[in-house]
Formats: sequence, structure tokens, C-alpha cells
Amino acid sequence: MRYLPKSQSDREAMLSDIGVQSIDALFAAIPEEYRLTGDLKIPRSYAESEIVEFFRDRAAENAQGYATFLGAGAYSHYRPVVIDALISRGEFFTAYTPYQPEIAQGTLQSIFEFQTMICELTGMDVANASMYDGSTGAAEGLMMAARVTGRHKSAIATSVHPEYREVIATYARYQGMPLATVAYGKDGRVDLEALDKAVDGETAGVLIQSPNFFGIIEDVAAIADVVHKRGALLVVSIAEAVSLGIVKPPTEADIVSLEAQSFGVPIGFGGPYCGVMATRDKFVRQMPGRLVGETTDRNGKRGFVLTLSTREQHIRREKATSNICTNQALVALMCNIFMTIYGKQGLKELAQQNLAKAHYAADEFRKNGAALVFEGAPFFNEFVIRTKTYPRAINDRLLEQKIIGGFPLKRFYPELENASVWCCTETTTKASIDAAAKEVAQ
Amino acid sequence: MNSKIRKATTHISQNEGLIFEKSSPGKKAYKLPPLDVPAVDAEEVLGKAARNDPGQLPEVSEVEIIRHFTRMSTWNYAVDHGMYPLGSCTMKYNARVNEYVARIPGLAEAHPYQPTRISQGALRIMKMLRDQLMEITGMDAITLQPAAGAHGELTGILLVRAYLESQGSPRKKILVPDSAHGTNPATAAMCGYAVENLKSNAAGMVDIASLEAQVNQDVAALMLTNPNTLGVFEQEIRKIADVLHARGALLYMDGANMNALVGKVRPGDFGADVMHLNLHKTFSTPHGGGGPGSGPVACKKILEPFLPTPVVITKPDGTLGFDYDRPQSIGRVRMFYGNFGMFVRALAYIMANGPDGLRQTTEDAVLNANYIRKHLQGLYDLPYNTPTMHEVVFSDKIQTRKGIKTGDIAKRLIDYGFHPYTVSFPLVVPGALMIEPTESESKEELDLFIDAMKQIAREAEESPEVIADAPYHTRLTRLDETAAARKPVLRWKPQAELVAK
Repeated sequence: MRYLPKSQSDREAMLSDIGVQSIDALFAAIPEEYRLTGDLKIPRSYAESEIVEFFRDRAAENAQGYATFLGAGAYSHYRPVVIDALISRGEFFTAYTPYQPEIAQGTLQSIFEFQTMICELTGMDVANASMYDGSTGAAEGLMMAARVTGRHKSAIATSVHPEYREVIATYARYQGMPLATVAYGKDGRVDLEALDKAVDGETAGVLIQSPNFFGIIEDVAAIADVVHKRGALLVVSIAEAVSLGIVKPPTEADIVSLEAQSFGVPIGFGGPYCGVMATRDKFVRQMPGRLVGETTDRNGKRGFVLTLSTREQHIRREKATSNICTNQALVALMCNIFMTIYGKQGLKELAQQNLAKAHYAADEFRKNGAALVFEGAPFFNEFVIRTKTYPRAINDRLLEQKIIGGFPLKRFYPELENASVWCCTETTTKASIDAAAKEVAQ
Repeated sequence: MNSKIRKATTHISQNEGLIFEKSSPGKKAYKLPPLDVPAVDAEEVLGKAARNDPGQLPEVSEVEIIRHFTRMSTWNYAVDHGMYPLGSCTMKYNARVNEYVARIPGLAEAHPYQPTRISQGALRIMKMLRDQLMEITGMDAITLQPAAGAHGELTGILLVRAYLESQGSPRKKILVPDSAHGTNPATAAMCGYAVENLKSNAAGMVDIASLEAQVNQDVAALMLTNPNTLGVFEQEIRKIADVLHARGALLYMDGANMNALVGKVRPGDFGADVMHLNLHKTFSTPHGGGGPGSGPVACKKILEPFLPTPVVITKPDGTLGFDYDRPQSIGRVRMFYGNFGMFVRALAYIMANGPDGLRQTTEDAVLNANYIRKHLQGLYDLPYNTPTMHEVVFSDKIQTRKGIKTGDIAKRLIDYGFHPYTVSFPLVVPGALMIEPTESESKEELDLFIDAMKQIAREAEESPEVIADAPYHTRLTRLDETAAARKPVLRWKPQAELVAK
């Protein structure tokens, strides 16, 4: 077995050192009746070349070389090759949680930089070292709001990603957290009147997403006014992190739950991604997840350590802020490198290209007879159109041209008949937009 | 440098500040292609939602980025450097082919919402991993959706709750042994259960008499790690399951230590009803500095109706698809389908091993732990004499006589070229040294480790002050964690802002 560094004689020498006759003696604690006597029924051992061939074959059964207009919570952005070159260093990817700071400064300093950049982009004071993803992060955001306010109820805008809402429903069910929903208005934004009715003196947190599932940028300031008036906290989820290059950050929020997949993380059939939570200084002790802080060593040199761990499960057990332990550190490193590559100017330019492509596409689709479902509110790189025919029929025709069309909304929003949400990023070409525009007209 | 230190030596290491300190306006590491559509004015299309202040992201060149992260990487210790005996974490070798296949474009670039007819390869991978994990655990059904071990625990306990509810009552309590991971009680609390502690017996195992006394109509489940965190196999596991089952409660197995069992025994055969697996432990997906993980949950038939949606199914035409129509499901625990990239790596690992390789892997992991135990027993206190599986737990009882604690020994081990073991866990052993070598260590590496531990035991007797100030050969000496927590500095700030304050 090529991953095992022992010869048979090594094993025999070690067994004899231990003072047992055979390896079976070391498994004697397992009741004999349960010990396996034969092989597991799984395929034989494969050579490396066979493994590569197997996965290439599986990849060939998936779409390859398609242009895509799918967004809806997972975004196709270009990934600079520097990212994989750096995260493939064994020092990063084969290390564990930096519990021993003297030999983990690489991981710790990079997380500290990550936390800083997330604060700069979201307008929050403090960010954690990552959460599993945007959906669980949003659930944790509402749970955190309940801890901060000492209240129980939550309200969620229906324009939040439907799968995020499903996850939150699962998390909330047994925590005594009733969930109210807040409808969207004609412009696709949170209906402020509905919000006003949904929030009361027992509401702990209100969750919105901006840009929302329809791609529309919410009026965060107006929403925050309504929420704060009742003493509740506003949790803003951001699923498309590149929007932060050009869209005003939700500075009126109390908690921001970001899904940073857009920052250089492979779309990879849905994961692993990178959730992050950011908040105000005053709430930091109620925030879940690992945090890195600056300190000094005995000689006064700057260094970094995991800190405020008294919030966490390994210390607090059932009284912890969350049961989260493992996070998404390596994925956060991808995001960190991505943010560093694009930097202050590049992220803006990148966002500008996304904005321009999506607006060009929306205009072309409209010229070709599709209707923009939500008029009057700003959008970033996604928009909802209504077509004369069923979106799946349009998408089927596009697939023949190796183009994956927009995401049909009816599955999650029965009221949005023949509507679909389309995404354009910097990777979307004018040629594929023009090709799609012809089909949506049919 | 101490001539007794055989594995490590001092080495030039580059200094490197924070990336923000290297930034200067106008430097770039990116280039976008020319925009092939008309540019739009952000102010015009976004109105007051347009961003004016871009935030203080750094401005640096590509070569500076490469050097920045490369220099920082050299400050880490990793499995690729050597033995990383962090107990309970299973720091085994991460095969490169796993990384290679996970990056094949048709897999890495697949969108979760692309039509299933052009996702058959991804679905096939999920189905194969699912089937093989079911065979390995002896369970009837599985979900791959949970993102990590603790997330798997949450899913598993929600399954228990949903099942019991369908039987009439969710019940009130979860029993957790005093040796358990902190995630177990934290999970139980998140699922709306009260947590009740279960004491271990003198052998470090579940005390059957206590269990009998504590299991009643209020108990939903026992969360049991097996082998437990002392590295001890619960020999009465069948009896434990029977006590629970006789009173309508279920057995949740925390599979954090499944690497001690693969190919030797199956939890589904010895009475576990539901368990999670940590693909990042047992199945070698990389730990990545703290994540990502993946925590599939396997269960018995009775719990299957409650699994999260969607589940992968074979359609009548033989193709694979997702089934969302599961009325009894606990719902989703994560968007999309889970950490798919980890499924690819774990399946590649299982394929590389095959049934004989997996069994040999388990045997070597157990052999290594017992070899360490044999050679360090006596020099370090062994609080439980019960047979050791994949990890061995000592205490610092002998060394504390000279004022040396487990945390000090750990720091000294760094000078000897090793990553420390897990310090002060499990909580049932005061001053614990929890050592898990995994199968990935050669006899030579183990001998070096044993030598280092022996040398440190001698130092503790003869010159304890040497240990108390360790490590000496690292870039930084011991860091002030108290100061970090008292006045948290959790982000960099521009000098101007600090001065203004």
C-alpha cells in the first residue's frame, strides 16, 4: 500500500517490541462476534493512473466547456492561477487549526489579514476566521441576534436564497425561534410595510440578502430603520461577494453573513465554500467561530493567536455560542489571496465588468421581447426576466449551443411563472449574451 | 543547539510583515480582459447603492504576493514536515492525487444547479462514495450534506429527534460521557435537548450501572465516541446499545475515531443507530489549517425517512438525480449538496486503498499508537491501563512534581521537530497528553518521537527550567494569549487611524 511507510519486517519488529504475537491481539478489545473476518465489499485498490482516468471519465459525464448564466448562490468567476499555486503548499493545506501558535504563524497571520479585508469590504468592525458557508452562516447570524437581544423571534425576507431559508428553518426548529417571513414588493425589494408588520418587540433578528436572490440591491438603510426602531438586529447576508467592489456595504447592519465563494473558490458542484461572519465590536463575544488576534511573544515581537475561545464549544460545551469547530480555513485562504490579487482597484474594476455585462444582457433580452420582472430597483450581476415560454424550453435550446441558461424560479416561487434569474460575470462573453438573447425571444 | 535533538535544526526563515504594510498605490497583481460590452456608469445604474469608498484592500504586485504567502507558509508546521500526533484530529498523509482529481475542470467547475443530465459524473461520484461509506460503516442510509463533524452531529441528533417525535415524543435529554468532545454537548443544546453527563468507570469506559440508572423515558440518545477519546474501545458496546434500545433511546456514534475501526468492525453491526464520519480525519481529505471538513451521517433504516433533502436516487431510466420529495425529512442542513470537493478526495482515497489497504491502514494506526505506549509507559503516567486503539492518553502527573505541565512538554516537543500532541484533552484526564500518530508514520519517525519524549522526560527531572521556557528554536517564543483575549486586536488598522485614536 503506497501511502503506508512500513515494511512487513518493521511491523513484525514493532509487534515483538510491544510483546504481542500478531496484530489481532491489538484488536482483542473488539468483541469477537463483531470483528470482520473478510474484506469490505468495496472495489479493489486502484493504481494512481486508474484513479486519474476514473475521475476524468466522471468529469466527461459532466458539462465541460459550457458558457453559463447560472448564479443563484454560486458564481463563476475567473480564478487566478496564483491561488492554487499557493494553497497547494503542504505547509498550508496539510496543517491543522493553529492551536500551537509558535509553529502556525503562517496560518494565523493570513487569517488576521483575511479578517481585516472582510471588515474593510463589509464595513463591519470585526470578522471571524470563517463559517461553513453562507446558508449556515445566516442561520448562525440569527441565533447570534437572539443571544445579543435576549429575544426569540426572527423574520426572514422571502427574497433571501430559498435554500438558505430552508437551512435556517432546520436550525431554528428546536431552538424556540419562531420564523416570520417578509414578502418582496413590486420592485423585488423587501416590502417595507410587510416588514413593519412582521417585526415586533419580541423580534431578535431580521435577515435580508443584498443583492438578493433576484439580484436586486436592497435599501439596507430603510430596512435598518424599521428593524432598529423595534430594538431588533439586522442581519445582512451577501451571497455574491464581488458585489462589494461596487455596491455600498451594508454599514447599517448589525451582523453581516458573507458567502465568499466568489473570491476565488471553485464552484465545485456546491462546495466547499466559505462563509464568514462580521459584526460590531460590541457583539464580538456573542459571535460564533474561531477568531485570530494580535499579541506579542516574550521578547515583545508581534505574533498572532486564536483568541476569545471561551465562546467556543471545546471550553463552554453546551453553553457555547455554537457547536462549530472545523471551519473553512483553506478556502478562506483562497479568498484572502484573491482579495490580495485584485486589491483596492482591481475588485472595483472586476465588479464594474460584472455590472456592465449584466446590464448589457438585461437590455438585449428586453430588446428581444423578454420582460424585466422587477423594474426600478438597482441590480448588480443578476436579474430576473419573464419569457413568453417556459424557461426550461429556452434552456434546452441553449444547451445545444453549449450554453447553460438562467435558473428557473418557479420551483421556489410558484407565483413567478415563466421567470428565471440570469447571472453575468466577467467571464460571460458578449457572444454568448447575444446568442442567449436570440433564444429568449422565441 | 542541544545535540540530543536529532530531527530538527535551525534554518533561515524570512521576515514578512502584514500585506497591508507592503501596499502602495498603483501596484497591481491583476489584469482584466478588455470589456466587450459598453461600460456603464455605476452611479447612474446603482444610484445611492453605489460604493464610494472602496475600502483599504492592499495594492501589491504578483511576485510580492507569491513571496508573502510563501514566506508565511514556511512558519507553519504541517503533516508534510513530519509526525503531527494531534490526538483526535487524525493528521494523516494527504495524497496528492486526491488534490489533482478534485481540480479536473469538469468537476471543479460544475455548477450545483446545472441540469442533472449534464451532472451525471458528479452524481455518480456522490453515489459511489455513499455506497462505499455505507459498506464501511454497516449502515443502511447516508447523507453527504453536513459540512463538518459537528455539523454531522447536528444532523444526526436532528434525525434522532425527528424519529422519536414520529414515535410520539422527542424526549428531553441527551447523555454525553465526561470524556466526550465539546461539540457533543453543544450539539445537543442546539437541538433543544438538555445534556446529562455520564461518568466513565475505572477502565475509562461507559459505566454500565450508571447507564442503566440514567436511561429512562426522558433520554433520547447517548452520544458515544467509539473508540472513545481515551483511545479505548467500548467493549460493552452491544450491552450499551441494548440498554438504550430497551428503553426506546438511540445510540449516536461520534465517528471521529472511525480510523481505528475501518475494515475491522462496523458500527452498524455492533448496535449504533446513527453516526457521523469526518472525511477530513478517517478519509484523508486535508485539514487545510482548520477546514474545510465534511461530515456525512450514516444511519439505520428507521432513520432514513428523516434524512436531509435532497438525496441522490437512481431514476427509472437508469440515470441519477435528486429526490426532493421527502415529506418526513428534517429539511436542509446546508445549501446545495455538501462539500463535494471533499467527496472527490475521499473517494479517491478509498479507491487507492481498496479493502486490504483500508484494513492495513487501520492496523498500522493501532500498531503505531501501541508502539508509542509501550515505549513511553513508565516515563509518563498512563491513567488508564485499558488496551489502546489508535491513540494513547498519558498524563503529566510525573512531571508536575517538578512543576512541568502538559502544555510545557508540548512546547518543548516543538524544539525537537515535532508538532505537539493534543494538550489537556480529554477532560477526564487532568493534564492529558493525547497522542495519535496515525498510520502515516514510519518506524524511524516514531523512534525519533519516542526519543524526543524520553529526552524531555529526562529534562523535566534534571533541568525543568529548560522546558518551562520552551520553545527556543521557533521564530517567536511563547505568545501572550491572555493579553490577546483581554484587549482583542482582531484586525489591522492604518497607522493614521491608530494615531488619531
